[in-house]
Amino acid sequence: MAEDYVIEMLHITKEFPGIKANDDITLQLRRGEVHALLGENGAGKSTLMSVLFGLYQPEQGTIRKNGKEVQVRNPNDANALGIGMVHQHFKLVECFTVLDNIILGVEPNKLGFLQKAEARKKVMALSEKYGLRVDPDALVSDISVGMQQRVEILKMLYRDNEILIFDEPTAVLTPQEIDELMEIMRGFKKEGKSILFITHKLNEIMAVADRCTVLRKGKYVGVVDIAATTKEELSRMMVGRDVQLQVEKAPAHPGEVILDVQDVTIPSATHKKNAVKDVTFQVRAGEIVCLAGIEGNGQTEFVYGLTGLEKLSGGRITFCGKDITHASIRERSKAGMSHIPEDRHKHGLILDYSLENNMVLQRYWQSEFQSHGFIRKDKVREYSDRLIEQYDVRSGQGSVTTARSMSGGNQQKAIIAREIDRDPKLLVAVQPTRGLDVGAIEYIHHQIVAQRDAGKAVLLVSLELDEVMNLSDRILVMYEGEVVGEFDPKTTTVQELGLYMAGARKQRKGE
Amino acid sequence: MLLLIKYTLLYGIVLMLVALGGMFSEHSGIINIALEGIMVIGGVAGVLALTLMPASMPAWLVVVVSILAAAVAGMVYSLLLAFASINLKADQTIGGTALNLLATAVAVVLSKYFSESGSAKLNYSNRPFLFSIGGLEMSVFVPLGLVLLVVSFVVMYKTRFGLRLRACGEHPQAADSVGINVYKMRYAGVLISGALGAIGGMAYIVPPVQTWNFEVGVAGAGFLALAVMIFGQWKPFHIFGAAMFFAVFKSLANIADSTFLANLGWSSNIYNMMPFIASMIILAFTSKNSMAPKAEGIPYDKGSR
Amino acid sequence: MEKKKMLSRSGGGRSAFVSVLAALLCIVIGLVCGYLVLLAINAEHAWADGFVRILKGGFYDAPYGVGRTLANAAPLVMTGLSVAFAFKTGLFNIGAAGQYTLGAYGALYCAIILHLPWYVSLIASAVLGGLWGAIPGLFKAYLNINEVITSIMFNWIGLYLVNEIIYAGGTGPMYDARNTRTLNLRRMEGAEGVTIPDFGLNDMFQTNSTTIAIFLSIVVAILIWVVLDKTTFGYELKAVGLNKNAARYAGINEKKNLVLSMVIAGALAGFGAGLYYLSGVSEWNPLNSTTLPAMGFNGISVALLASSNPIGTIFSALFISHITVGGSFLSTRYYPTEVADLISGIIIYLCAFSMLFRGKIAKLLSGKRADKTGTKEG
Repeated sequence: MAEDYVIEMLHITKEFPGIKANDDITLQLRRGEVHALLGENGAGKSTLMSVLFGLYQPEQGTIRKNGKEVQVRNPNDANALGIGMVHQHFKLVECFTVLDNIILGVEPNKLGFLQKAEARKKVMALSEKYGLRVDPDALVSDISVGMQQRVEILKMLYRDNEILIFDEPTAVLTPQEIDELMEIMRGFKKEGKSILFITHKLNEIMAVADRCTVLRKGKYVGVVDIAATTKEELSRMMVGRDVQLQVEKAPAHPGEVILDVQDVTIPSATHKKNAVKDVTFQVRAGEIVCLAGIEGNGQTEFVYGLTGLEKLSGGRITFCGKDITHASIRERSKAGMSHIPEDRHKHGLILDYSLENNMVLQRYWQSEFQSHGFIRKDKVREYSDRLIEQYDVRSGQGSVTTARSMSGGNQQKAIIAREIDRDPKLLVAVQPTRGLDVGAIEYIHHQIVAQRDAGKAVLLVSLELDEVMNLSDRILVMYEGEVVGEFDPKTTTVQELGLYMAGARKQRKGE
Repeated sequence: MLLLIKYTLLYGIVLMLVALGGMFSEHSGIINIALEGIMVIGGVAGVLALTLMPASMPAWLVVVVSILAAAVAGMVYSLLLAFASINLKADQTIGGTALNLLATAVAVVLSKYFSESGSAKLNYSNRPFLFSIGGLEMSVFVPLGLVLLVVSFVVMYKTRFGLRLRACGEHPQAADSVGINVYKMRYAGVLISGALGAIGGMAYIVPPVQTWNFEVGVAGAGFLALAVMIFGQWKPFHIFGAAMFFAVFKSLANIADSTFLANLGWSSNIYNMMPFIASMIILAFTSKNSMAPKAEGIPYDKGSR
Repeated sequence: MEKKKMLSRSGGGRSAFVSVLAALLCIVIGLVCGYLVLLAINAEHAWADGFVRILKGGFYDAPYGVGRTLANAAPLVMTGLSVAFAFKTGLFNIGAAGQYTLGAYGALYCAIILHLPWYVSLIASAVLGGLWGAIPGLFKAYLNINEVITSIMFNWIGLYLVNEIIYAGGTGPMYDARNTRTLNLRRMEGAEGVTIPDFGLNDMFQTNSTTIAIFLSIVVAILIWVVLDKTTFGYELKAVGLNKNAARYAGINEKKNLVLSMVIAGALAGFGAGLYYLSGVSEWNPLNSTTLPAMGFNGISVALLASSNPIGTIFSALFISHITVGGSFLSTRYYPTEVADLISGIIIYLCAFSMLFRGKIAKLLSGKRADKTGTKEG
């Protein structure tokens, strides 16, 4: 007897200008299973799911539901086939209520006039049944990320979807919330719903999935039963070679205090509360201190305050013995602070400038690169060529390449080259490996450790607990703008960090 | 005083209609800076309809047909904005500016073509549009505007269409992901703004005078309506309030010479300046918490994530 | 801000070529539409008495017409530069009209009341224009209010203000009640040296207002090109325009640059007004309080047509001036002169999405190139 597949995607090929995002990919989802889709960033997972959800049309390949070929031309078709999706970046209208968001697109109405009462009843019933607590009248902008995710899940249930796609659902959750989500997924499975779970985190796959399809660089690698495989096997399939999951580094030899942060407080740009509250710590030469925490707990704002992008409302920052609390961005940069920004497109690069112009972003005014206000283009070219060579930054036309046309990994490498080559005393690196593939991640980790070994102070901000545990010499956990605990990576566990990150525990000052 | 109320209502309704038009467009995600031009087009179409209709037609039919002509012309013209900004993903501000310039040229060419004198002045009768209650002379645009205000509110907040429209202006990707056709909704928003803006243009030109020189366009009323929309926080009844507030200044300019205000010795230039200055001051104070639709001005591209 | 990137993107030789082709395409489509309108209005005379006259522009009545084209082009180059310069910093200077108005006042005040030499008056016009440009810059930098809205409001405020001061109830010292305009610079007392010299150009073109203004504007255009392309100041301005956040991250004071950019843009527009009125092309009419100076808005067309390239603005200004003068030679018996405005209106509308044309042309070119290599190999 043939297998009972509820959805089959056969030989899907999807091209974008310049790249084949999906190249002959096949994925078969059994009824009532949790099926993981594993791959690195850029492996084509999201594209494949967007094809299934009707957001993209594939150039080749077919989709079958219950063995019959179907056309998915838009999300309405997907919905009619019972396919629902929780997107990685939530698709919620912030100034709408939870209820409005859930019914959007399938609004109960009489002659076009909204009938919200019946919708409310159905939502409350679903919320009860699956333990998905939400407040239907709250504005989405006012609720937590966890609740936003529950709204997204309710959107699928409200539409009576049978096939649920979760696109990287755990990135924004605490370890405890992740466990909760896994439980919800198991509940769906019991109800006979089929689940596609997109991730690049191996632990989660081992915990909840029945089978796993692996993609690499847009190509299909294989499908495996989770019961009959190991994490190492999966990671080899994902990356294509053995991966060193640990970063090798010698013990740290901290020297003098480079950065001294005292009671720093920063107001929030989005709400009335303070985003950062009385943060105090030091970073010494030759150590990597990591600020860990769930996204949105004040790390971003703290870095803005530290580097001068935002003003402090209280506290003091001392850098190499000098008070820089009110110093400008350029003064901080001149004093020896380098900053690998969280968002390389927002802050790190001027995408429509050439690579060489980006390489001198903080230095174009130095006498090396200008005379009497005129840019010395030959010197800029020379310098840029050297960095490209030395840090192996790959681009189409070298120094004159437009930054926009470079791959994410090489854009990040260019930023790292620029920031490290300024020979800083303090390197502030915020999520330096976000969205990169394993090769680039390894390279960047090595560079950061090399900086530490060269006697630089490093402040790392990361959301990835693996990265935090691997790289840092000391870990500070931030929760709701406060530093709630300090840990030694050698003696702590991910679970312990998770409790602090979720605000369940807190060290008292001086503990 | 009666005169002040009259002018305020007449002018306030104009600003409100046009600002409501802008509201529909912006809630769908398209900045409609072409309102000024749409007003001109609506004005010229309405006036031409008026002059071309036979004198024997009943007054109510004249009113209905000419207003419809204006609305249709406004919609057709706003299609140019929709096409450029939705299909071709052009910069909406620049596209709108181009349409403003084009509108005056079109209006002048048309009016010169149809006018007997060969100048851009068109003569018409505004009698069918006027009626009076208790000594207060009103135009039909006042009741029409109030009805459209209520309808706009209901459509925007009580219907499926309104919910979907606002979703497209706030988060088009979200709307797309639940199967809403963002392009269609944006077209709808721009077309409605074309109709309302054009009716507003006609309401600006027709009731007060019997002849109009289209070389002068509508003298910035469309831009003022944009400020009204911003001051009204993109909400119908707030817009109504803002429009009336701005209209008071304009009315002062109209009656300055004939009333006690003449003693102040201020010229109409100063009164004309006032709504613009007021709008800048208000914008300066309200800029921190803007309620602008988040996705306005950004072309929606299905392919981008 | 994202949306303005396209306009401020700097390009190499190839992309410049594509931009020129795209601009030409816009022009051709605009002209075709204009011809269709002429046909619709009066088919019989559409070609010889209509379209050809527009195409010939000033040459229809050379050298007088050419002189007029040049006299009109000078301020257009400046307002075009004003818009283009602001584009480079990511700002849409729709306020050139208002800055132009203030510039006109500055120039006329210095010339008529103070009898200052023309070059001082020119500087005054730039200063006043710059002042008016600073306002939207300040609103943008410190209150985060969109410069488009502010510029529009201050266009009208500027117009009413200048009209009020000049007219002053009909008693203003600069106002000539007989012509309902400001005093004619060439005919008023103490006129020596207040107008821009012509070095014989007026005789050459048989006009009375063709001065060296056009050459001054070309010099300014080249200067602006050097500033944008060669200096650290230009680097900073473009950085702010392309990515405000990254510029800030790099330690560039983005607020200062925003304001400076608007000041310079305003000064350029004001200077343009100075060139126009100090050449004596026409006088200011303070009774016209319903339309803003078209020169300001035509600057937008000039900048768009030139893809914000300072050198390009020279040519696009000459072109716009050419067809406008051509329009004025249309026989009013058959056609309204505004057909020329209609054409330039259509051209800007097309320019608004000329990026699309550019993309298509670039594709076409590379496609052809591929074909050629293909045949070689074959």
